[in-house]
Amino acid sequence: MSAFASSFFPFKLREVRRLLSGTRIQSGFFGLWTAVVFAFLYIPILLLVIFSFNASKLNIRWEGFTMQWYSALLSNKPIVAAFQNSLVVACVTTVLATALGTIGAWMLYRYRFPFQRAIGLLIFVPMVMPEVLMGVSLLVLFVQLLNIPLGFTTLIISHTTFCFPFVLVGVQARLQGIDPFLEEAAMDLGATPVQAFWKVIVPYLMPAIISGALMSFTLSLDEYIVSAFLTGAQTQTLPLKVFGMAKVGLNPQLNALSALFILGTIVIVLLSQLISSKKTT
Amino acid sequence: MAGLAAAAPVAADSRGFRRKPGLAAWLVLAPLLAWLVLFIVVPTIMLVVVSFAERDALGRVVYQFSFDNYVRAFNWVWLKVLWDSIWYAFLTTVICMLVGYPVAFFIGRAPERWRGILLMLVMVPFWTSFLIRTYAWITILSKEGLVNSLLMSSGLISAPITLLYTPFAIVLGLVYNFLPFMILPIYTSVEKLDGAMIEAAYDLGARPMRAFAQVIIPLTSPGITAGALLVFIPSICMFAITTLMGGGANPTIGEVIFKQFTSGRNQPFGAALGTLLLVLFVVALWFTRNSREEE
Repeated sequence: MSAFASSFFPFKLREVRRLLSGTRIQSGFFGLWTAVVFAFLYIPILLLVIFSFNASKLNIRWEGFTMQWYSALLSNKPIVAAFQNSLVVACVTTVLATALGTIGAWMLYRYRFPFQRAIGLLIFVPMVMPEVLMGVSLLVLFVQLLNIPLGFTTLIISHTTFCFPFVLVGVQARLQGIDPFLEEAAMDLGATPVQAFWKVIVPYLMPAIISGALMSFTLSLDEYIVSAFLTGAQTQTLPLKVFGMAKVGLNPQLNALSALFILGTIVIVLLSQLISSKKTT
Repeated sequence: MAGLAAAAPVAADSRGFRRKPGLAAWLVLAPLLAWLVLFIVVPTIMLVVVSFAERDALGRVVYQFSFDNYVRAFNWVWLKVLWDSIWYAFLTTVICMLVGYPVAFFIGRAPERWRGILLMLVMVPFWTSFLIRTYAWITILSKEGLVNSLLMSSGLISAPITLLYTPFAIVLGLVYNFLPFMILPIYTSVEKLDGAMIEAAYDLGARPMRAFAQVIIPLTSPGITAGALLVFIPSICMFAITTLMGGGANPTIGEVIFKQFTSGRNQPFGAALGTLLLVLFVVALWFTRNSREEE
Protein backbone atom coordinates (compact mmCIF):
# COMPACT_ATOMS: atom_id res chain seq x y z
CA MET A 1 0.00 0.00 0.00
CA SER A 2 1.37 3.41 -0.88
CA ALA A 3 1.98 6.05 1.75
CA PHE A 4 -0.78 8.13 0.25
CA ALA A 5 -3.32 5.36 0.39
CA SER A 6 -2.50 4.38 3.97
CA SER A 7 -2.91 7.94 5.17
CA PHE A 8 -6.10 8.34 3.21
CA PHE A 9 -7.72 4.98 3.49
CA PRO A 10 -8.11 4.65 7.30
CA PHE A 11 -10.04 7.88 7.32
CA LYS A 12 -12.43 6.64 4.67
CA LEU A 13 -12.78 3.31 6.34
CA ARG A 14 -13.70 5.07 9.53
CA GLU A 15 -16.40 7.03 7.73
CA VAL A 16 -17.82 3.91 6.17
CA ARG A 17 -17.75 2.07 9.44
CA ARG A 18 -19.58 4.89 11.18
CA LEU A 19 -22.29 4.94 8.55
CA LEU A 20 -22.69 1.20 8.78
CA SER A 21 -22.61 1.18 12.55
CA GLY A 22 -25.69 3.32 12.53
CA THR A 23 -24.67 6.72 13.86
CA ARG A 24 -27.03 8.25 11.33
CA ILE A 25 -29.82 5.92 12.30
CA GLN A 26 -29.12 6.78 15.91
CA SER A 27 -29.38 10.53 15.42
CA GLY A 28 -32.44 10.00 13.25
CA PHE A 29 -33.99 8.08 16.12
CA PHE A 30 -33.07 10.85 18.57
CA GLY A 31 -34.66 13.40 16.27
CA LEU A 32 -37.84 11.42 15.98
CA TRP A 33 -37.90 10.87 19.75
CA THR A 34 -37.49 14.61 20.33
CA ALA A 35 -40.40 15.33 17.98
CA VAL A 36 -42.58 12.86 19.88
CA VAL A 37 -41.63 14.41 23.24
CA PHE A 38 -42.40 17.90 21.96
CA ALA A 39 -45.77 16.60 20.80
CA PHE A 40 -46.30 15.18 24.31
CA LEU A 41 -45.38 18.57 25.81
CA TYR A 42 -47.50 20.70 23.51
CA ILE A 43 -50.59 18.73 22.50
CA PRO A 44 -52.31 18.94 25.93
CA ILE A 45 -51.73 22.70 26.04
CA LEU A 46 -52.96 23.13 22.46
CA LEU A 47 -56.09 21.12 23.15
CA LEU A 48 -56.77 23.29 26.17
CA VAL A 49 -56.59 26.44 24.04
CA ILE A 50 -58.64 24.98 21.14
CA PHE A 51 -61.45 23.84 23.39
CA SER A 52 -61.62 27.20 25.13
CA PHE A 53 -63.34 28.35 21.91
CA ASN A 54 -65.72 25.40 21.74
CA ALA A 55 -69.42 26.08 22.11
CA SER A 56 -70.01 22.64 23.64
CA LYS A 57 -69.58 22.23 27.34
CA LEU A 58 -68.26 18.73 26.90
CA ASN A 59 -64.83 18.71 25.45
CA ILE A 60 -64.92 16.23 22.65
CA ARG A 61 -67.65 17.47 20.30
CA TRP A 62 -66.88 20.63 18.39
CA GLU A 63 -70.08 22.62 18.22
CA GLY A 64 -68.81 25.84 16.79
CA PHE A 65 -66.60 28.77 17.68
CA THR A 66 -67.52 30.91 20.65
CA MET A 67 -66.04 33.55 22.92
CA GLN A 68 -68.69 33.01 25.58
CA TRP A 69 -66.32 31.36 28.05
CA TYR A 70 -64.03 34.37 27.88
CA SER A 71 -66.83 36.82 28.55
CA ALA A 72 -68.14 34.58 31.34
CA LEU A 73 -64.64 34.53 32.80
CA LEU A 74 -64.30 38.30 32.77
CA SER A 75 -67.60 38.72 34.58
CA ASN A 76 -66.76 36.00 37.11
CA LYS A 77 -66.20 38.19 40.16
CA PRO A 78 -64.31 35.72 42.42
CA ILE A 79 -61.83 34.96 39.63
CA VAL A 80 -61.25 38.62 38.82
CA ALA A 81 -60.76 39.34 42.53
CA ALA A 82 -58.32 36.44 42.84
CA PHE A 83 -56.40 37.75 39.85
CA GLN A 84 -56.20 41.20 41.44
CA ASN A 85 -54.91 39.65 44.67
CA SER A 86 -52.30 37.74 42.68
CA LEU A 87 -51.19 40.90 40.91
CA VAL A 88 -50.83 42.81 44.19
CA VAL A 89 -48.74 40.01 45.72
CA ALA A 90 -46.64 39.54 42.57
CA CYS A 91 -45.93 43.26 42.13
CA VAL A 92 -44.88 43.92 45.74
CA THR A 93 -42.89 40.67 45.77
CA THR A 94 -41.09 41.65 42.58
CA VAL A 95 -40.06 45.04 43.99
CA LEU A 96 -38.86 43.58 47.31
CA ALA A 97 -37.10 40.59 45.75
CA THR A 98 -35.37 42.72 43.13
CA ALA A 99 -34.15 45.24 45.71
CA LEU A 100 -32.95 42.57 48.17
CA GLY A 101 -31.33 40.49 45.43
CA THR A 102 -29.58 43.32 43.60
CA ILE A 103 -28.23 45.10 46.68
CA GLY A 104 -27.28 41.77 48.26
CA ALA A 105 -25.38 40.59 45.18
CA TRP A 106 -23.47 43.86 44.94
CA MET A 107 -22.56 43.99 48.65
CA LEU A 108 -21.45 40.37 48.74
CA TYR A 109 -19.36 41.01 45.64
CA ARG A 110 -17.90 44.31 46.76
CA TYR A 111 -17.00 43.48 50.35
CA ARG A 112 -15.65 40.45 52.09
CA PHE A 113 -17.97 39.79 55.00
CA PRO A 114 -17.20 37.27 57.70
CA PHE A 115 -19.31 34.09 57.33
CA GLN A 116 -19.63 34.79 53.61
CA ARG A 117 -19.88 31.08 52.83
CA ALA A 118 -22.65 30.59 55.38
CA ILE A 119 -24.54 33.56 53.92
CA GLY A 120 -24.17 32.07 50.44
CA LEU A 121 -25.50 28.73 51.69
CA LEU A 122 -28.52 30.38 53.32
CA ILE A 123 -29.31 32.20 50.08
CA PHE A 124 -29.11 28.88 48.26
CA VAL A 125 -31.58 27.17 50.64
CA PRO A 126 -34.87 28.71 49.41
CA MET A 127 -33.97 27.88 45.80
CA VAL A 128 -33.83 24.15 46.49
CA MET A 129 -36.05 23.79 49.55
CA PRO A 130 -39.31 21.97 48.78
CA GLU A 131 -42.22 24.39 48.83
CA VAL A 132 -44.09 22.33 51.42
CA LEU A 133 -41.27 22.81 53.93
CA MET A 134 -41.05 26.52 53.24
CA GLY A 135 -44.81 26.90 53.55
CA VAL A 136 -45.10 24.88 56.72
CA SER A 137 -42.16 26.48 58.53
CA LEU A 138 -43.22 30.04 57.66
CA LEU A 139 -46.77 29.23 58.75
CA VAL A 140 -45.49 28.05 62.12
CA LEU A 141 -43.39 31.21 62.41
CA PHE A 142 -46.27 33.58 61.63
CA VAL A 143 -48.88 31.80 63.70
CA GLN A 144 -46.85 30.65 66.71
CA LEU A 145 -44.11 33.25 67.08
CA LEU A 146 -44.95 36.52 65.34
CA ASN A 147 -48.76 36.46 65.60
CA ILE A 148 -49.16 38.00 62.16
CA PRO A 149 -52.63 37.26 60.73
CA LEU A 150 -52.53 35.37 57.45
CA GLY A 151 -53.09 37.61 54.45
CA PHE A 152 -51.19 39.85 52.05
CA THR A 153 -48.31 40.38 54.49
CA THR A 154 -47.60 36.68 54.94
CA LEU A 155 -48.06 35.96 51.22
CA ILE A 156 -45.67 38.74 50.20
CA ILE A 157 -43.02 37.81 52.77
CA SER A 158 -43.08 34.14 51.77
CA HIS A 159 -43.03 34.86 48.03
CA THR A 160 -40.16 37.31 48.44
CA THR A 161 -38.22 34.66 50.36
CA PHE A 162 -38.23 32.20 47.48
CA CYS A 163 -37.89 34.85 44.72
CA PHE A 164 -34.97 37.06 45.80
CA PRO A 165 -32.29 34.33 45.60
CA PHE A 166 -33.02 33.96 41.88
CA VAL A 167 -32.47 37.69 41.36
CA LEU A 168 -29.32 37.59 43.50
CA VAL A 169 -27.78 34.68 41.60
CA GLY A 170 -28.60 36.23 38.22
CA VAL A 171 -27.06 39.57 39.21
CA GLN A 172 -24.06 37.78 40.72
CA ALA A 173 -23.45 36.05 37.39
CA ARG A 174 -23.48 39.38 35.58
CA LEU A 175 -21.08 40.87 38.18
CA GLN A 176 -18.50 38.28 37.15
CA GLY A 177 -17.99 40.19 33.91
CA ILE A 178 -17.78 43.68 35.42
CA ASP A 179 -14.67 45.82 35.28
CA PRO A 180 -13.57 45.99 38.93
CA PHE A 181 -12.36 49.56 38.43
CA LEU A 182 -15.74 50.81 37.24
CA GLU A 183 -16.83 51.90 40.70
CA GLU A 184 -13.42 53.32 41.51
CA ALA A 185 -13.42 55.35 38.30
CA ALA A 186 -16.84 56.78 39.18
CA MET A 187 -15.65 57.71 42.65
CA ASP A 188 -12.45 59.27 41.28
CA LEU A 189 -14.72 61.50 39.22
CA GLY A 190 -16.40 62.64 42.40
CA ALA A 191 -19.30 60.20 42.87
CA THR A 192 -20.23 59.00 46.34
CA PRO A 193 -20.48 55.20 46.76
CA VAL A 194 -24.29 55.50 46.59
CA GLN A 195 -24.11 57.60 43.41
CA ALA A 196 -21.59 55.20 41.87
CA PHE A 197 -23.92 52.31 42.59
CA TRP A 198 -27.05 54.01 41.21
CA LYS A 199 -25.54 55.73 38.18
CA VAL A 200 -22.84 53.29 37.09
CA ILE A 201 -23.31 49.83 38.58
CA VAL A 202 -27.11 49.52 38.35
CA PRO A 203 -27.25 50.51 34.65
CA TYR A 204 -24.57 47.93 33.92
CA LEU A 205 -26.53 45.27 35.83
CA MET A 206 -29.88 46.27 34.31
CA PRO A 207 -30.37 43.25 31.97
CA ALA A 208 -29.84 40.84 34.87
CA ILE A 209 -32.04 42.92 37.16
CA ILE A 210 -34.89 42.98 34.65
CA SER A 211 -34.77 39.26 33.90
CA GLY A 212 -34.59 38.56 37.65
CA ALA A 213 -37.62 40.78 38.19
CA LEU A 214 -39.57 39.04 35.42
CA MET A 215 -38.66 35.68 36.94
CA SER A 216 -39.83 36.80 40.40
CA PHE A 217 -43.08 38.04 38.90
CA THR A 218 -43.83 34.74 37.13
CA LEU A 219 -42.75 32.61 40.10
CA SER A 220 -44.99 34.59 42.43
CA LEU A 221 -47.94 34.59 40.03
CA ASP A 222 -47.68 30.82 39.62
CA GLU A 223 -47.10 29.82 43.25
CA TYR A 224 -49.65 27.45 44.74
CA ILE A 225 -48.20 25.42 47.61
CA VAL A 226 -46.60 28.20 49.67
CA SER A 227 -49.69 30.35 49.12
CA ALA A 228 -52.00 27.52 50.18
CA PHE A 229 -50.30 27.51 53.60
CA LEU A 230 -50.07 31.27 54.05
CA THR A 231 -53.21 32.78 52.54
CA GLY A 232 -56.00 34.32 54.53
CA ALA A 233 -59.69 33.90 53.75
CA GLN A 234 -59.85 37.26 51.95
CA THR A 235 -56.65 36.96 49.94
CA GLN A 236 -57.26 33.94 47.67
CA THR A 237 -54.79 34.19 44.81
CA LEU A 238 -55.44 33.00 41.28
CA PRO A 239 -53.58 29.66 41.56
CA LEU A 240 -55.61 28.82 44.69
CA LYS A 241 -58.79 29.56 42.74
CA VAL A 242 -57.60 27.53 39.73
CA PHE A 243 -56.77 24.61 41.99
CA GLY A 244 -60.24 24.68 43.50
CA MET A 245 -61.84 24.72 40.06
CA ALA A 246 -59.60 22.01 38.58
CA LYS A 247 -60.33 19.77 41.56
CA VAL A 248 -64.05 19.82 40.79
CA GLY A 249 -63.58 18.81 37.16
CA LEU A 250 -63.99 20.15 33.65
CA ASN A 251 -64.90 23.79 33.30
CA PRO A 252 -64.68 25.68 29.98
CA GLN A 253 -64.06 28.94 31.83
CA LEU A 254 -60.91 27.39 33.20
CA ASN A 255 -59.89 26.58 29.62
CA ALA A 256 -60.34 30.23 28.72
CA LEU A 257 -58.33 31.31 31.76
CA SER A 258 -55.59 28.83 30.84
CA ALA A 259 -55.41 30.15 27.28
CA LEU A 260 -54.97 33.70 28.58
CA PHE A 261 -52.33 32.54 31.05
CA ILE A 262 -50.41 30.68 28.35
CA LEU A 263 -50.49 33.76 26.12
CA GLY A 264 -49.18 35.88 29.01
CA THR A 265 -46.41 33.39 29.73
CA ILE A 266 -45.25 33.31 26.12
CA VAL A 267 -45.10 37.12 26.05
CA ILE A 268 -43.03 37.21 29.27
CA VAL A 269 -40.66 34.46 28.08
CA LEU A 270 -40.12 36.17 24.72
CA LEU A 271 -39.54 39.47 26.51
CA SER A 272 -36.92 38.05 28.87
CA GLN A 273 -35.31 36.17 25.97
CA LEU A 274 -35.08 39.46 24.08
CA ILE A 275 -33.44 41.15 27.08
CA SER A 276 -30.94 38.36 27.68
CA SER A 277 -30.01 38.25 23.98
CA LYS A 278 -29.31 41.99 24.17
CA LYS A 279 -27.10 41.29 27.15
CA THR A 280 -24.76 39.09 25.13
CA THR A 281 -24.36 41.48 22.19
CA MET B 1 -23.58 28.60 42.70
CA ALA B 2 -20.71 27.15 44.72
CA GLY B 3 -18.51 27.64 41.67
CA LEU B 4 -19.43 31.29 41.41
CA ALA B 5 -18.79 31.94 45.07
CA ALA B 6 -15.40 30.26 44.86
CA ALA B 7 -14.37 32.07 41.68
CA ALA B 8 -15.24 35.57 42.80
CA PRO B 9 -12.77 36.15 45.64
CA VAL B 10 -9.76 34.93 43.63
CA ALA B 11 -10.41 37.17 40.63
CA ALA B 12 -11.20 40.17 42.75
CA ASP B 13 -8.49 39.74 45.38
CA SER B 14 -5.74 39.70 42.80
CA ARG B 15 -6.62 43.32 42.10
CA GLY B 16 -6.94 44.21 45.77
CA PHE B 17 -10.60 44.98 45.11
CA ARG B 18 -12.63 43.46 47.87
CA ARG B 19 -12.61 45.54 50.99
CA LYS B 20 -13.33 44.83 54.60
CA PRO B 21 -16.84 46.03 55.29
CA GLY B 22 -17.28 49.15 57.41
CA LEU B 23 -20.32 50.02 59.49
CA ALA B 24 -22.12 51.48 56.45
CA ALA B 25 -21.63 48.28 54.45
CA TRP B 26 -23.00 46.22 57.32
CA LEU B 27 -26.04 48.48 57.52
CA VAL B 28 -26.73 48.08 53.80
CA LEU B 29 -26.44 44.32 54.03
CA ALA B 30 -28.51 44.19 57.23
CA PRO B 31 -31.95 43.83 55.58
CA LEU B 32 -30.75 40.79 53.63
CA LEU B 33 -29.17 39.20 56.71
CA ALA B 34 -32.25 39.93 58.79
CA TRP B 35 -34.45 38.39 56.08
CA LEU B 36 -32.33 35.24 55.93
CA VAL B 37 -32.33 34.80 59.70
CA LEU B 38 -35.95 35.72 60.33
CA PHE B 39 -37.56 33.90 57.39
CA ILE B 40 -35.26 30.92 56.85
CA VAL B 41 -33.31 30.10 60.01
CA VAL B 42 -35.94 30.91 62.65
CA PRO B 43 -38.87 29.20 60.84
CA THR B 44 -36.84 26.01 60.48
CA ILE B 45 -36.02 26.04 64.19
CA MET B 46 -39.68 26.76 64.99
CA LEU B 47 -40.77 23.81 62.87
CA VAL B 48 -38.56 21.46 64.87
CA VAL B 49 -39.64 23.01 68.19
CA VAL B 50 -43.36 22.67 67.43
CA SER B 51 -42.84 19.08 66.32
CA PHE B 52 -41.96 18.25 69.94
CA ALA B 53 -44.97 20.11 71.35
CA GLU B 54 -48.50 18.92 72.06
CA ARG B 55 -51.92 20.27 71.23
CA ASP B 56 -54.95 20.93 73.40
CA ALA B 57 -58.55 19.96 72.65
CA LEU B 58 -59.07 23.09 70.53
CA GLY B 59 -56.06 22.34 68.33
CA ARG B 60 -53.88 25.02 69.90
CA VAL B 61 -50.19 24.28 70.35
CA VAL B 62 -49.10 23.58 73.93
CA TYR B 63 -45.38 23.82 74.53
CA GLN B 64 -44.80 20.69 76.52
CA PHE B 65 -41.99 18.43 75.45
CA SER B 66 -43.13 15.09 74.06
CA PHE B 67 -42.11 12.49 71.50
CA ASP B 68 -45.74 11.56 70.80
CA ASN B 69 -45.85 13.12 67.36
CA TYR B 70 -42.86 11.08 66.22
CA VAL B 71 -44.22 7.90 67.74
CA ARG B 72 -47.41 8.53 65.81
CA ALA B 73 -45.50 9.39 62.63
CA PHE B 74 -43.83 5.97 62.63
CA ASN B 75 -47.20 4.32 62.22
CA TRP B 76 -47.46 2.17 59.11
CA VAL B 77 -50.27 4.37 57.71
CA TRP B 78 -47.95 7.37 57.48
CA LEU B 79 -44.93 5.34 56.51
CA LYS B 80 -46.98 3.93 53.64
CA VAL B 81 -47.85 7.48 52.54
CA LEU B 82 -44.20 8.47 52.71
CA TRP B 83 -43.16 5.34 50.86
CA ASP B 84 -45.79 5.97 48.13
CA SER B 85 -44.57 9.56 47.74
CA ILE B 86 -40.97 8.40 47.37
CA TRP B 87 -42.02 5.63 44.98
CA TYR B 88 -43.97 8.01 42.71
CA ALA B 89 -41.04 10.43 42.77
CA PHE B 90 -38.61 7.63 41.95
CA LEU B 91 -40.72 6.42 39.00
CA THR B 92 -41.04 10.01 37.82
CA THR B 93 -37.27 10.51 37.97
CA VAL B 94 -36.51 7.31 36.05
CA ILE B 95 -39.11 8.00 33.35
CA CYS B 96 -37.92 11.61 33.00
CA MET B 97 -34.37 10.30 32.54
CA LEU B 98 -35.35 7.75 29.89
CA VAL B 99 -37.63 10.16 28.06
CA GLY B 100 -35.52 13.29 28.52
CA TYR B 101 -32.02 12.03 27.81
CA PRO B 102 -32.44 11.47 24.03
CA VAL B 103 -34.09 14.88 23.77
CA ALA B 104 -31.28 16.61 25.66
CA PHE B 105 -28.73 14.72 23.59
CA PHE B 106 -30.40 15.63 20.32
CA ILE B 107 -30.62 19.32 21.25
CA GLY B 108 -27.06 19.40 22.58
CA ARG B 109 -25.70 17.89 19.34
CA ALA B 110 -27.94 19.86 17.00
CA PRO B 111 -26.44 22.61 14.81
CA GLU B 112 -25.88 25.68 16.94
CA ARG B 113 -28.46 27.86 15.21
CA TRP B 114 -31.16 25.31 16.08
CA ARG B 115 -30.24 24.87 19.71
CA GLY B 116 -31.68 28.17 20.92
CA ILE B 117 -35.05 27.50 19.32
CA LEU B 118 -35.23 23.90 20.53
CA LEU B 119 -34.34 24.98 24.07
CA MET B 120 -37.02 27.65 23.95
CA LEU B 121 -39.51 24.95 22.99
CA VAL B 122 -38.53 23.04 26.15
CA MET B 123 -38.67 26.21 28.26
CA VAL B 124 -42.11 27.52 27.29
CA PRO B 125 -44.14 24.72 28.96
CA PHE B 126 -41.73 24.96 31.92
CA TRP B 127 -42.79 28.58 32.39
CA THR B 128 -46.48 27.91 31.90
CA SER B 129 -48.38 27.56 35.16
CA PHE B 130 -48.07 23.98 36.40
CA LEU B 131 -51.70 24.03 37.55
CA ILE B 132 -52.83 24.79 34.02
CA ARG B 133 -50.65 22.03 32.61
CA THR B 134 -52.11 19.62 35.16
CA TYR B 135 -55.63 20.76 34.32
CA ALA B 136 -54.84 20.04 30.65
CA TRP B 137 -54.35 16.39 31.58
CA ILE B 138 -57.54 16.38 33.65
CA THR B 139 -59.48 17.42 30.53
CA ILE B 140 -57.85 14.53 28.68
CA LEU B 141 -58.12 11.78 31.31
CA SER B 142 -61.30 12.46 33.26
CA LYS B 143 -64.51 10.45 32.86
CA GLU B 144 -65.99 13.02 30.46
CA GLY B 145 -62.52 13.75 29.08
CA LEU B 146 -61.04 13.45 25.65
CA VAL B 147 -59.76 9.88 25.77
CA ASN B 148 -62.99 8.46 27.15
CA SER B 149 -65.21 10.43 24.73
CA LEU B 150 -63.09 9.29 21.79
CA LEU B 151 -63.20 5.65 22.86
CA MET B 152 -66.92 5.78 23.59
CA SER B 153 -67.90 7.48 20.33
CA SER B 154 -65.81 5.01 18.38
CA GLY B 155 -67.65 2.23 20.15
CA LEU B 156 -64.54 0.62 21.61
CA ILE B 157 -65.86 0.89 25.14
CA SER B 158 -69.39 1.23 26.46
CA ALA B 159 -68.64 2.78 29.83
CA PRO B 160 -65.87 5.30 30.65
CA ILE B 161 -62.67 3.77 31.98
CA THR B 162 -60.96 5.17 35.06
CA LEU B 163 -57.77 6.97 34.03
CA LEU B 164 -57.77 9.93 36.38
CA TYR B 165 -57.33 9.45 40.14
CA THR B 166 -54.93 6.55 39.64
CA PRO B 167 -51.20 6.16 40.38
CA PHE B 168 -50.72 6.17 36.60
CA ALA B 169 -52.26 9.66 36.41
CA ILE B 170 -50.09 10.86 39.32
CA VAL B 171 -46.86 9.76 37.68
CA LEU B 172 -47.97 11.10 34.30
CA GLY B 173 -48.75 14.49 35.85
CA LEU B 174 -45.40 14.59 37.63
CA VAL B 175 -43.45 13.57 34.51
CA TYR B 176 -45.28 16.12 32.39
CA ASN B 177 -44.46 18.82 34.91
CA PHE B 178 -40.85 17.97 35.71
CA LEU B 179 -39.50 16.76 32.35
CA PRO B 180 -37.89 20.14 31.50
CA PHE B 181 -36.02 20.01 34.85
CA MET B 182 -34.34 16.85 33.58
CA ILE B 183 -33.71 17.96 30.00
CA LEU B 184 -32.02 21.27 30.82
CA PRO B 185 -29.13 20.06 33.03
CA ILE B 186 -28.46 17.05 30.80
CA TYR B 187 -28.41 19.37 27.82
CA THR B 188 -25.75 21.49 29.55
CA SER B 189 -23.58 18.39 30.02
CA VAL B 190 -24.11 17.18 26.45
CA GLU B 191 -23.22 20.57 25.05
CA LYS B 192 -19.89 20.48 26.91
CA LEU B 193 -19.23 16.94 25.66
CA ASP B 194 -15.94 16.70 23.75
CA GLY B 195 -16.73 15.26 20.31
CA ALA B 196 -13.18 13.86 20.10
CA MET B 197 -13.95 11.48 22.97
CA ILE B 198 -16.82 9.93 21.06
CA GLU B 199 -14.70 9.74 17.90
CA ALA B 200 -12.00 8.02 19.92
CA ALA B 201 -14.48 5.45 21.20
CA TYR B 202 -15.59 4.68 17.65
CA ASP B 203 -11.99 4.59 16.41
CA LEU B 204 -11.15 2.08 19.10
CA GLY B 205 -13.89 -0.10 17.72
CA ALA B 206 -16.78 0.59 20.05
CA ARG B 207 -20.21 0.06 18.58
CA PRO B 208 -22.69 2.91 19.06
CA MET B 209 -24.47 1.24 21.96
CA ARG B 210 -21.20 0.58 23.75
CA ALA B 211 -19.84 4.06 23.05
CA PHE B 212 -23.06 5.42 24.44
CA ALA B 213 -23.05 3.29 27.58
CA GLN B 214 -19.35 3.51 28.41
CA VAL B 215 -18.30 6.93 27.15
CA ILE B 216 -21.22 9.27 26.61
CA ILE B 217 -23.30 8.38 29.67
CA PRO B 218 -20.37 8.64 32.15
CA LEU B 219 -19.27 11.96 30.62
CA THR B 220 -22.74 13.43 30.98
CA SER B 221 -23.35 12.02 34.45
CA PRO B 222 -23.08 15.43 36.20
CA GLY B 223 -26.09 16.55 34.18
CA ILE B 224 -27.95 13.35 34.95
CA THR B 225 -27.28 13.72 38.69
CA ALA B 226 -28.34 17.35 38.69
CA GLY B 227 -31.49 16.52 36.74
CA ALA B 228 -32.34 13.64 39.05
CA LEU B 229 -31.99 15.92 42.09
CA LEU B 230 -34.12 18.63 40.48
CA VAL B 231 -36.87 16.12 39.65
CA PHE B 232 -36.78 13.76 42.62
CA ILE B 233 -36.95 16.13 45.60
CA PRO B 234 -39.71 18.41 44.27
CA SER B 235 -41.67 15.34 43.07
CA ILE B 236 -41.87 13.97 46.61
CA CYS B 237 -43.42 17.17 47.87
CA MET B 238 -45.42 18.43 44.89
CA PHE B 239 -48.79 17.66 46.41
CA ALA B 240 -50.74 20.06 44.20
CA ILE B 241 -50.24 17.76 41.22
CA THR B 242 -50.64 14.51 43.12
CA THR B 243 -53.87 15.75 44.74
CA LEU B 244 -55.37 16.82 41.41
CA MET B 245 -54.29 13.73 39.49
CA GLY B 246 -54.64 11.21 42.31
CA GLY B 247 -57.87 12.36 43.89
CA GLY B 248 -58.18 11.72 47.61
CA ALA B 249 -57.45 8.02 47.40
CA ASN B 250 -53.69 8.26 46.84
CA PRO B 251 -52.42 10.87 49.31
CA THR B 252 -48.78 11.93 49.28
CA ILE B 253 -46.74 13.23 52.18
CA GLY B 254 -47.11 16.91 51.26
CA GLU B 255 -50.88 16.62 51.18
CA VAL B 256 -50.92 14.91 54.59
CA ILE B 257 -48.79 17.67 56.11
CA PHE B 258 -51.00 20.33 54.54
CA LYS B 259 -54.13 18.68 55.94
CA GLN B 260 -52.70 18.65 59.48
CA PHE B 261 -52.46 22.42 59.31
CA THR B 262 -55.91 23.00 57.80
CA SER B 263 -58.72 20.51 58.36
CA GLY B 264 -56.74 18.19 60.67
CA ARG B 265 -55.91 20.96 63.16
CA ASN B 266 -52.92 19.08 64.47
CA GLN B 267 -50.00 21.43 63.93
CA PRO B 268 -47.47 19.57 66.11
CA PHE B 269 -48.05 16.33 64.22
CA GLY B 270 -47.83 18.15 60.87
CA ALA B 271 -44.60 19.77 62.10
CA ALA B 272 -43.21 16.33 63.02
CA LEU B 273 -43.94 15.00 59.53
CA GLY B 274 -42.41 18.19 58.13
CA THR B 275 -39.29 17.70 60.25
CA LEU B 276 -38.91 14.14 58.95
CA LEU B 277 -39.19 15.47 55.40
CA LEU B 278 -36.62 18.13 56.26
CA VAL B 279 -34.19 15.46 57.47
CA LEU B 280 -34.75 13.50 54.24
CA PHE B 281 -34.13 16.65 52.21
CA VAL B 282 -30.91 17.55 54.04
CA VAL B 283 -29.60 13.98 53.68
CA ALA B 284 -30.36 14.01 49.93
CA LEU B 285 -28.59 17.35 49.49
CA TRP B 286 -25.61 16.27 51.55
CA PHE B 287 -25.37 13.04 49.59
CA THR B 288 -25.38 14.74 46.17
CA ARG B 289 -22.97 17.40 47.37
CA ASN B 290 -20.51 14.75 48.51
CA SER B 291 -20.79 12.77 45.30
CA ARG B 292 -20.18 15.96 43.35
CA GLU B 293 -17.05 16.78 45.34
CA GLU B 294 -15.67 13.32 44.68
CA GLU B 295 -15.78 13.93 40.94
